[in-house]
Amino acid sequence: MIPSNFEYHAPTSIEAALDLINQYGDDCKILSGGHSLIPVLKLRLAAPAAVIDIGRIPGLSSISLDRDRLRIGALATHASIAASDMLGQLCPLLATTAHQIGDPQVRNRGTLGGSLVHADPAADWPAAILALDASITVRGSAGERHIAANDFFVDMLTSAVQQGEIVTEISVAVPAQPRASSYIKVAQSASGFAVVGVAVQLEIDNGVCVGARIGVTGFAPKPYRASSTENALKGNPITEDLISSAAALADSEAADAMNDIHASGEYRRHLTRVIAARALRAAARV
Amino acid sequence: MSSNGKNEKYVGRPVKRTEDPRLIQGLGHYVDDIRLAGELYVAFLRSPYAHARINSINTDAARNASGVVAIFTGSDIEGRVGNVPTAAALEGLKVPKYPVLALGKVFFVGQPVAAVVATSRYAARDAVDHIEVDFEPLDVVVDAEAAAQGGPVIHHDFGDNIAYVHRAGIGDVDAAFASADKIVAQKMHHQRLAPISLEPRGVLASFLPGEQQLTLWTSTQIPHLLRTQVAIMIGLPENKVRVIAPEVGGGFGSKLNVYAEEALLSFISMQLHKPVKWIETRRENMSATIHGRAQSGVAELALKNDGTILGLRYTVTADLGAYHQLLTPAIPTLTGLMLSGCYKIPAISMVCTGVFTNKMATDAYRGAGRPEATYVVERLMDIAAQELGIDPVELRRKNFPTPDEFPFATATGLFYDSGNYQAALDRALAMVDYDKLREIQKSDTAAGRLVGIGVSTYVEICALGPSAAMPAGGWESATVRIEPTGKVTVMTGASPHGQGQETSFAQITADMLGVDLNDVYVIHGDTGIVQYGIGTFGSRATAVGGTAVVYATEKLISKATKIAAHLLTTDEENVTFENGVFSGAPDDKQVTIQQVALAAHLASNLPPDTEPGLSATYFFEPKNFTFPFGAHICIVEVDRDTGDIRIKRYVAVDDCGKVINPLLVEGQVHGGIAQGLGQALFEEVVYDENGQLITGTLMDYAVPKAHQLPRYELDRTETPTDVNPLGVKGVGEAGTIGSTPAIVNAVIDALRPFGVKHIDMPLRPEKIWRVISNQ
Repeated sequence: MIPSNFEYHAPTSIEAALDLINQYGDDCKILSGGHSLIPVLKLRLAAPAAVIDIGRIPGLSSISLDRDRLRIGALATHASIAASDMLGQLCPLLATTAHQIGDPQVRNRGTLGGSLVHADPAADWPAAILALDASITVRGSAGERHIAANDFFVDMLTSAVQQGEIVTEISVAVPAQPRASSYIKVAQSASGFAVVGVAVQLEIDNGVCVGARIGVTGFAPKPYRASSTENALKGNPITEDLISSAAALADSEAADAMNDIHASGEYRRHLTRVIAARALRAAARV
Repeated sequence: MSSNGKNEKYVGRPVKRTEDPRLIQGLGHYVDDIRLAGELYVAFLRSPYAHARINSINTDAARNASGVVAIFTGSDIEGRVGNVPTAAALEGLKVPKYPVLALGKVFFVGQPVAAVVATSRYAARDAVDHIEVDFEPLDVVVDAEAAAQGGPVIHHDFGDNIAYVHRAGIGDVDAAFASADKIVAQKMHHQRLAPISLEPRGVLASFLPGEQQLTLWTSTQIPHLLRTQVAIMIGLPENKVRVIAPEVGGGFGSKLNVYAEEALLSFISMQLHKPVKWIETRRENMSATIHGRAQSGVAELALKNDGTILGLRYTVTADLGAYHQLLTPAIPTLTGLMLSGCYKIPAISMVCTGVFTNKMATDAYRGAGRPEATYVVERLMDIAAQELGIDPVELRRKNFPTPDEFPFATATGLFYDSGNYQAALDRALAMVDYDKLREIQKSDTAAGRLVGIGVSTYVEICALGPSAAMPAGGWESATVRIEPTGKVTVMTGASPHGQGQETSFAQITADMLGVDLNDVYVIHGDTGIVQYGIGTFGSRATAVGGTAVVYATEKLISKATKIAAHLLTTDEENVTFENGVFSGAPDDKQVTIQQVALAAHLASNLPPDTEPGLSATYFFEPKNFTFPFGAHICIVEVDRDTGDIRIKRYVAVDDCGKVINPLLVEGQVHGGIAQGLGQALFEEVVYDENGQLITGTLMDYAVPKAHQLPRYELDRTETPTDVNPLGVKGVGEAGTIGSTPAIVNAVIDALRPFGVKHIDMPLRPEKIWRVISNQ
């Protein structure tokens, strides 16, 4: 619980941060809200030579609307996303997910960008980010690139962000039907992380499902889109029967389930189907 | 003179805790808040293995690391620091030598192997990584029942892993079972729990070589007992050791102990002539502070068809861990004492086998042996009710002793002081409208909902206790002094660590002396100031320590009355004392207690042969324990698809005798239920088959959080006791004892459609789902 020695840097521009990251190479860690990194340091699971605190770089925590896209700075805290009236109106799935993360202390310090890069397989954000088909903007010394949510989560604790890159922004298209969404999770009793969490964003036209994106977290070593469920829904009238049969496919994309003292893989698989059905019902108001 | 206590301006009222302003502003001083000039910091190398031989330890690189002052290993201090003591004295008990730093072998993950002393906390911790230890892993035994049946022998000299076999109970149990119409039996497991006080342990030791004096600040529940033990361990005269328990952030029994670190830091300070500090990390707290519960056994109940209980049998294995801490072997004996619950059971037998395992020692955790007994009895009552087709409430009621049967003798050798179990149960039943509730449950069940009602009636043993039944004295002490300015100082030998006795003892004294509450200051936890005391545990501080305050105050009033009579120029018999004022017949002249105090100190006008000063000390020896009781009712709904448990209502009616401060009582009940609920639903210390601690952080060990708790609906009945003049019984552990079986009974009741008889705690949703889905 006592970290080893490290240099601390608090650059005030992205360029300065990138310089530092290039200087230290693999031997540095980027500090955002710190709710993933600090425990790792205190348990000495990581002992970087330097910690680069990007928290003082201005302009990385704003939430804005740019034509039909919502742009959220990587340093926006969970609490600020939960409290945003604009997101509550235009993209309640973000607000509702943010509200279910951790506890007030975690929500006040933890950031969207930091959580995504950490790629904890039981974090809440990946489900929503997948269901919203978000785009993640990263900056490196070579410039800027955009990573689609689908390509972002590579493996357990591994994202598509490369060494030498910083996540700067997350953007999502304003959903056609913002309220046709939900995030439901079963929380692990000690940590509050998701044993299973399912985020849903639907588009329903005259009772027929014309669009469906479903993100699943907690169940597998990496979060995923429940494409089989999405395909089963699309083009069909939303009924209780359809939801039940579609939700029963929500685990199909993941071969391997997480398995720990809190829940076996078998139970997680079962929960994934149950929670997917509940999340679909909540989103479709069925 | 008039009798004391009839002026109840404060006693019985919800006086706000006088401790809180400093605590909620962050102005309290815990061990880590005390800074001494030149203090050094200690970090421990702890065993990463559950069982291993230490072939060699190389500290060369660590000694050369930046900031390192000294390093100590087991062989460095062998013969110079005594072993960690145990106070339990059971017949035939095997006591392994428990060195403060491992010698030759390690026996559990987290056992201290070496101590690094450095100029900063970081330097000390960094240097630990430079110590090279050649561990040779040995076979590990983790499961207690496997350890009992053989397995690798942990302490070779003993030949097996059985530390003791304890038999308890009175009456012909075999005859009772032979004549029974119905026998119910169930194997039950009480999982290992971690006490998790908010403030972990911490020690600051400072030895002054000139004075040859040691001051030891430590987060403890028992400063005086600790002083005696540490003095013996480090070879200093006891009167040269001062133990101070400053602000203590909770203990729950875990700090009712003598730990290796407390003696070792004292020794190190004596060697280095510098103050040395160690503050436990949470990970150390999880692995190297005592655990609780960890019993597993078969409980059987013999009954007649009409529900009359004939006998109870409990055959249990207690997982003691690798070594005995202070009370490790004694905890299961408390289970044996309480196996009668609140019922008339003519014959009871417990056979408890205490076994060594390669784990941290178990010891006292809130309830300490009694929750195990209550859980066993209350689960058996529900199982018996189900099998006999009797309502669980009726079965309980049928076997209660009636209020006029007290003092009630149990077949475990106790005499319950007073009780009215029917009244507490009736009140709880009325609060939930039990009959209607059962009707609603029927229609809910018909509609496919899984709603359960769980009842638990409990009695517990508090006010520990008469000295004859305690390993190191069961009395408590108090000194009450009125200073020349009229301010009142109370020194209690109890050592409250969150319970609020600074407030409640001031209430008692202020009422008796007729002074303002704010004029009374309660001092505790400092052996340099306070007369010898026993400490705070076993719901004893108010019942035993508060009683000492009462008697000390009476002694003081008696002396003050003599002085007052002299000042009023009348005879003592003519003096009355009320609201802080002495009045003397026949002419009703008056003198205040403050004036008497000043006169006592000026001493120029005292009655002949009167000692100056106004102070009195009393050591109170209780003649019995007290036996608070109550009834808890829990209503749950189980989610059929996920196995998730939702508590819909939680009603608790507790009877802890007379109440000094209802706010404090309510707080104790709230916290107690939370911890009992934690055991029922979430908490479990898990070691893997290699003895590695899986639940080593709070990310994996589920301490209940506010949002996981129900709204509490509380009430009380009040049955006084004649064991002490306050009529108080104690309430520190009641919530923990009553709640666990109420919750489990409710969940099992909800699962009745699936024919389930029992599920072991913690009732994780997956276990429930497996029952429902028959997986």
